[in-house]
Amino acid sequence: MDRRNFVKLAAAAALTPRLAFGLAAPGAGYRNLLVLIELKGGNDGLNTLVPYADPAYHALRPKLAIARDRVVQLSESVGLHPALEPLAALWKRRELAVLQGVGYPDPNLSHFRSIEIWDTASKSDEYLQEGWLTRTFGVAPTPKEFAADGVIVGSPDLGPLAGGGTRAIALATTEQFLRQARLAVPEGKATNKALQHILKVEGDILQAASHLKADYALSTEFPEGPFGNAIKTASQVIANRAGVAVVRVTLPGFDTHSGQAATQARLLGELAGGVTALRSALLELGRWNDTLVLSYAEFGRRPKENLSGGTDHGTSSVHFVLGGRVAGGLYGEQPALDRLSGDGNPAHAIDFRSVYATVLERWWGISSAGPLGGRFATLPILRA
Amino acid sequence: MRAPLAILLPAFAFAASLAGAAPLSYDDARHLLNRTGFGATDAEIRRVAGMTREEAACTLLAETRTTAVTPPPAWTSDSGPLRYPRGQDASPEERKRFQQEQVRDGLELRGWWIGEMLDTPSPLTEKMTLFWHNHFVSAQQKVKLALLMYRQNVTLRENALGHFGDLLHAIARDPAMVLYLDSAQNRKGTPNENFAREVMELFTLGEGHYGEHDVKEAARAFTGWSLNRETGRFVFRPLLHDYGAKTVLGRTGNLDGDDVLDILLAKPETAEFVTRKLWREFVSAEPDEREVKRIAVRLRESRYDIKVALQALLTSDAFYAPENRGTLVKSPVDLVVGTLRQFGMRPGETVPFAVATAAMGQNLFGPPNVKGWPGGDAWINTNTLLARKAFLDRLFRADDAVGRGHTAAAPEMAGSASAMTEAITPAAAPADASGLARKIRFMRAMDRGLRRVHFDSDAWFDSLGGLSSARPANASRVLLAFAPQTEAQATAEPLEIVRQIVLDAAYQLK
Repeated sequence: MDRRNFVKLAAAAALTPRLAFGLAAPGAGYRNLLVLIELKGGNDGLNTLVPYADPAYHALRPKLAIARDRVVQLSESVGLHPALEPLAALWKRRELAVLQGVGYPDPNLSHFRSIEIWDTASKSDEYLQEGWLTRTFGVAPTPKEFAADGVIVGSPDLGPLAGGGTRAIALATTEQFLRQARLAVPEGKATNKALQHILKVEGDILQAASHLKADYALSTEFPEGPFGNAIKTASQVIANRAGVAVVRVTLPGFDTHSGQAATQARLLGELAGGVTALRSALLELGRWNDTLVLSYAEFGRRPKENLSGGTDHGTSSVHFVLGGRVAGGLYGEQPALDRLSGDGNPAHAIDFRSVYATVLERWWGISSAGPLGGRFATLPILRA
Repeated sequence: MRAPLAILLPAFAFAASLAGAAPLSYDDARHLLNRTGFGATDAEIRRVAGMTREEAACTLLAETRTTAVTPPPAWTSDSGPLRYPRGQDASPEERKRFQQEQVRDGLELRGWWIGEMLDTPSPLTEKMTLFWHNHFVSAQQKVKLALLMYRQNVTLRENALGHFGDLLHAIARDPAMVLYLDSAQNRKGTPNENFAREVMELFTLGEGHYGEHDVKEAARAFTGWSLNRETGRFVFRPLLHDYGAKTVLGRTGNLDGDDVLDILLAKPETAEFVTRKLWREFVSAEPDEREVKRIAVRLRESRYDIKVALQALLTSDAFYAPENRGTLVKSPVDLVVGTLRQFGMRPGETVPFAVATAAMGQNLFGPPNVKGWPGGDAWINTNTLLARKAFLDRLFRADDAVGRGHTAAAPEMAGSASAMTEAITPAAAPADASGLARKIRFMRAMDRGLRRVHFDSDAWFDSLGGLSSARPANASRVLLAFAPQTEAQATAEPLEIVRQIVLDAAYQLK
């Protein structure tokens, strides 16, 4: 979203009291929805966006390399994993941006530590307690009447929404959340700070519960299985009338140390099916044009395959950006497979904090330097 | 027990303020026991009420232990070589088997510790063991071997109320720590600064009291501190040690790791750092700097006798100040273990309760990072608060409702089970059919575990005595630090009265 567009949005918002509230915090265009998809375990980027024409790729992957005639060609040098074929239609409509080499300096190869770095947008050697979205909502709050700042679907950890005073709701299904929310107590008198915090959280739960419904009728057919269910729940959440700024869903299982070919094909198939269903649901809800879908993961995997038909923990990886206002295409750089580091990993081309900065600056119209603890260049992945 | 008390008393009597000489009221005693232990019962509170501050603190400290009363899992006494897959040669099956073994052992270990917290005659010992677990953090996620996590736990308990200096020296060569902070990778010529940095920032001085140069030099002093991968025991490797001169915090010499630790212990900042952390654990979220300095001096002058610091903290005016009562959020362990102890519930199977604390954000043997659990208000978010409430609701729901609630409770448990397995083996959380079936079996077992706990609410109220019309007030007095947000109706069923009180926001505080 460029400046002109933002001004337009602000002007439109002024007409609707609901949004005017949100704009009390300067520039928060939270009618623009962010959907995060976590590829938990560390998806192998090299077999997601395949550099099929690179001889080094075939040399590093004698067993796992995907042949030129099987990939979904995006350019003369790269193509998508065959299981991502359903995304070809989005690519043709220019609604899919593919970010190559997303990572950060001094990469950490531990699942726990690296996802913490991504979630808190910290430096490699810095420990922060609050998620990058928590810090964002701290400086630019969402409209008070939103059902919640963010909803985390199908995972207990709040990731980028952890810590601080964020109104983040974690739920497995809307039904279960609504059932448990009955245990929250509506009012109370705070006699100390800790009690005040608890009562605030009870209030957040009740507010979200009052807006979420478990039976919003959508004609979209969602894929079967846990990820399809998560996408369905996410769609139900997005359908609430009060609003929510972020929804995160998780697709686990990408830690493919052995037998990667079959596992990754299945997971990427689930991803493509889920994303396609999400797009259909969002079109139904009239939200596709104001939704940005972003994938992320703790790291990618090592270019050289291991002896178990798998790959070990690596560094930078490929990520997807989708949405009705996305400027489709390839961004970043293909990993230079002939110039790997000592531990066999490529250097990153896009700092993940640049992706976050793009969300903050260009999607929501918020200055990113505070929440991200520094300036990161934005990416031209959104259409004006 | 009375004898050592009489000897100790005169030594502390001078420091006791006037208020300290007065006998503790019932509310004072409850406050002391809930801060130093887990969910004190009416009988436990009555035992301490009437003692002076000094007597009460002396009694609790005199009762502390150095070993657990609960027999550990059988595999902890394995003396054979460690079995874990090595390098690229390990087959996928071998890796998988190892991982499953460690998850299984890790769960058993967590259940063992919960069992110890439930059965120990000295809750303060476990509270301090947990305190040091969150100070000298190691996590099974990185260490992998449950056996090493167990041995570290033994070391923490052994020194939990001993001398901080001994504990620091022991932890620096603790094999789980050697793995967790990469000491094993710290070699002459290619130093790894992880341990050297954290020992200053998080274990002793705190940020701002050392420079990057000190970290680099200290790392050299710790080179060669490693572990024997066959036995899992600490080993010093002279060939990997840097024998050159180093300068740490202004002291120069051919320093080794122990020298560096002693340099750190000699700094007043270390005693203050530890005292401040103890203050946050026991007294309030905002340490009183003058008091911290006063107590830190005594700590350092006693050669870091942890009991001296605790004695001072637990008899201070600040500890008993009305404005500090009921202001600390119970940790998940406080809540789960405290509730079970409080109501005399002793589950046969304790693993489900370790899984429950993990679902509330405190996975024992698995703090989130080297800084440990942030604690305080951070324990409570929408997800963890609902997990806490759902847990309490589950324990105190009327029996007929348990039957109806059986299938309804399954998804709740699914969340905790996945929280646990993912916490131990991230991402490996199986998405395939057999993995899912395993997960479902696991969560059903957990759910059965929670439902097997027995609680007789009539007997519990009888033990409190008093008229039935005073039931809500009597229960609140044992259970809460201050009045509940909503008073329960005296005419309600006894179980319902308890359920309402534990679901009150005040029950989340200590």
